[in-house]
Amino acid sequence: MKYIDEYRDARIARSLAAEIAHGTTRPWVLMEICGGQTHTIMRYGIDELLPRAIELVHGPGCPVCVTPLETIDKAILLALRPDVILVSYGDMLRVPGSQSDLFRAKAQGADVRIAYSPTEAVKIARANPDRKVVFLAIGFETTAPANAMAAWQAKHAGLTNFSMLVSHVLVPPAIRALMTSEKNRVQGFIAPGHVCTVMGCGEYETLVRDFQIPIVVGGFEPVDLLEAILMLVKQLEAGEARLENQYVRSVSYRGNLPARKIMGEVFEIADQKWRGIGAIPQSGLRLREEYAAYDANKVFDVGELSVDEPAECISAQVLQGLKKPTDCPVFGMRCTPENPLGAPMVSSEGACAAYYHYRRHAAS
Amino acid sequence: MSTKTIAEFTCPAPLPAKETILLGHGSGGKLSAELVRDIFLPSLRNPVLARLDDQAIVNIQGQRLAFTTDSFVVQPLFFPGGDIGSLAVHGTVNDLAMGGAKPLFLSAAFIIEEGFSIEELRRVVESMHRAAAEAGVEVVTGDTKVVEKGKGDGIFITTTGIGIVPEGLELSADRAKPGDKVLLSGSIGEHGIAILAQRAGLEFETQIQSDSAALHSLVARMLEASRDIRCMRDPTRGGVSSTLNEIAQQSRVGVELHEESIPVREEVRGACELLGLDPLYVANEGKLIAIVAPDAADDVLRTMREHPLGANAQIIGTVKEENPGLVIMRTPLGTTRVVDMLAGDQLPRIC
Repeated sequence: MKYIDEYRDARIARSLAAEIAHGTTRPWVLMEICGGQTHTIMRYGIDELLPRAIELVHGPGCPVCVTPLETIDKAILLALRPDVILVSYGDMLRVPGSQSDLFRAKAQGADVRIAYSPTEAVKIARANPDRKVVFLAIGFETTAPANAMAAWQAKHAGLTNFSMLVSHVLVPPAIRALMTSEKNRVQGFIAPGHVCTVMGCGEYETLVRDFQIPIVVGGFEPVDLLEAILMLVKQLEAGEARLENQYVRSVSYRGNLPARKIMGEVFEIADQKWRGIGAIPQSGLRLREEYAAYDANKVFDVGELSVDEPAECISAQVLQGLKKPTDCPVFGMRCTPENPLGAPMVSSEGACAAYYHYRRHAAS
Repeated sequence: MSTKTIAEFTCPAPLPAKETILLGHGSGGKLSAELVRDIFLPSLRNPVLARLDDQAIVNIQGQRLAFTTDSFVVQPLFFPGGDIGSLAVHGTVNDLAMGGAKPLFLSAAFIIEEGFSIEELRRVVESMHRAAAEAGVEVVTGDTKVVEKGKGDGIFITTTGIGIVPEGLELSADRAKPGDKVLLSGSIGEHGIAILAQRAGLEFETQIQSDSAALHSLVARMLEASRDIRCMRDPTRGGVSSTLNEIAQQSRVGVELHEESIPVREEVRGACELLGLDPLYVANEGKLIAIVAPDAADDVLRTMREHPLGANAQIIGTVKEENPGLVIMRTPLGTTRVVDMLAGDQLPRIC
C-alpha cells in the first residue's frame, strides 16, 4: 500500500535503529505524546530495537483516555433520555464513567450509535426531526475541525435537534504542564503528527524556546518514529534544542488553514480537566457563545457533575514517565482493558492498555 | 482550577460486576467465553460440552456423529458474496467440518418479525437451498415463529447439523503440541469488512466480497493427505486471534505467528487502515486454521493449495512450549508482541 509499506520497511527500520545505537553515548528519556504513536511503538516493538540508553515514555495523547469522568457520566445521562439519540466515536462506548458506560446504557435501552465522522451525526439529526441528537465531540486538535464542521453545518441548516457534548483537549498546554512538573524526566518530545497537520508546528517553537527542549514532529509508522527518535538523539547528543519536522509529507509550518479557521469560528480556548491528570489551564476547547444553541451542556439541564477519582492507580506517574505500566501492582491483575482502574488502560491507545495487549510475554 | 500538581492525580474506581448482557457478550471474545464459563458450563456441564469444540462428537450405537448448532443474526441480510440464508448453511456445515465430519443433514428454525417481506424470505430460503445443494446436505426439518413488529430484526435463523466422523479421527483444540505448524487456508478479514462496509455506508473502489463458503470438501482432502492434523477451527467471530488464543489456552501451549506470512488482501488492508481495525480480529466465514504435526505440514499445505478454497493457504506460525496460553506475533522488524483476545467487538478508533 502506497505511503504505508515504505514506512514499515524492515530494512530501513533496522538501519535507522543501528544509526540511533551508533549515535547514542548517554541515556536519554524521550516522550511520544500521541496514543497512536504509543500504539505503533508497542505493536511493532520499536523499543526492542533501541539501545538500552534510550528510554521511551508515553504521553497523555489518548483522547479517549483523558476524557473526564464527568463528560462520560453526562453522556450516559443524556443517552438514557427517551428523546435522545447519542452519537459517538466507537471507542468511547466502552470507556467507564463513575457508574456505567455507554454500552451498558445501550443495554438499558438507550439509543447509542457509532459514527465514523461527526457529520454523520448531523445526518442522523436531519433524518430524525422528532428526536434530539447529541454528538459526543471529544478529541485533540485532530478531530476538532470535523467536530466544528458538524456544529457549523447544523447551524447553517437551521437544525434545532442537534447538539454536541464537547470535551476537547489541546497538546501544547499538556506539554507545558509536564515540563513545569518538578519531577519531569523528559528530555525530548516527539510531537503528534496528526495534531500538527491541522495546527502546524509553529506552536511548538514557543515550547522549545521556553524549556530549551528538542521537539520533533513525528509520524505514525515504524520508520517515522525511528527517524524522529534519531533526530532527537542527534540534537541531544549535540546539546541542541530545536524544532524539527520529520512528518514533512503531512505537516506544514502553518498547518491546515481552512481547518484552523472553522475551529476558530466554532470553538474558543477554555480550562479543561484531563482524566488521570487533572485540570490544566487553557488546555481545552468549548463552543463559542454563538453556538450556545448547539451546546448540549446548555440545551439539556444535566447540572454540573463533579466526580472524584479515588486513589487507585499510578496513571499520573505513568503519563509523566516516572513509572512504567508494568511497575503498577494491579497491572494486568485487577486492572485490565475489561475493567480499567485508570485512564491509560481505557483505550487501546492508552499506555497501560498498549502494554497489556502487546507486552504481557515480556512482563511475565 | 485545582491546585494539585500533575504528579498527585490518580484514577477512578472500577465498575461493579456486569449484571446485564452487553452486545460484547456475543462477539466471540473474552465476554463470550465468560458467559460460557460462568453461566452455561456450570449448569449444563458434561464431558462432551466441556471440550468446548465447535461441534459435539457423540457416539450412538457405535457410530460417531458430529452435532452442532448456530444462530445467524447478520445485518444487512444481503451482502456482497452472500446473504443470511447461505451463511446459515455454510456456518453450520463448517462447524461440522472442523470436527472432520462429513455433513449430512441440517435443520432450520426461522424467527421472523411481523411485517417482513415474503419476497425477501423467499430469496433467503432459495439461497439456503442453493448453498445446501452445493454442500451436499439437506435441510430435513424446520420451524417457524413470528414475533411482533419491533421484537426482532427482520429475520433470525438457527441451523443445526449432523454429520458422520470417520473412525479413529480425533480433532480437538486441546491437542496442539510444541513443534506443530499453524496453517491458514487463505486471506483473512473479508467477511467482516464486507459486512462493515455495507453497514457503515463506506464505498470502496473495489467491492469487498464476503468469503462465505462451505469448507467440508477442503477438509476431506486435507484428511486424505494426512491424519496428523491435531485440530481445525474456522476463525469466524473474533477472527484469527480469538481462534488461536482458544487453541493456545485449551492446549496449554504458546503460538508464534509470523506477520509477513498472514495473507490479507489489499482492499481489506486498506479498509482496516481506514477504520482503525486489525484484520486479525475481523470475522471470516470461509477460512480455516489447522494445527498440523510438523512432518505432515508440507503435504497438507500442498493439498490445501490444490483446492480452490485453499489456493492461498500459508503456514503462518508454529506451536511453542514457551508462553503457554499466549499468541505471540513476530513482526517484520524481528520484534515480538502479544496478539490478545479482545473483550468484546473491535471498535473503530477515534483517530
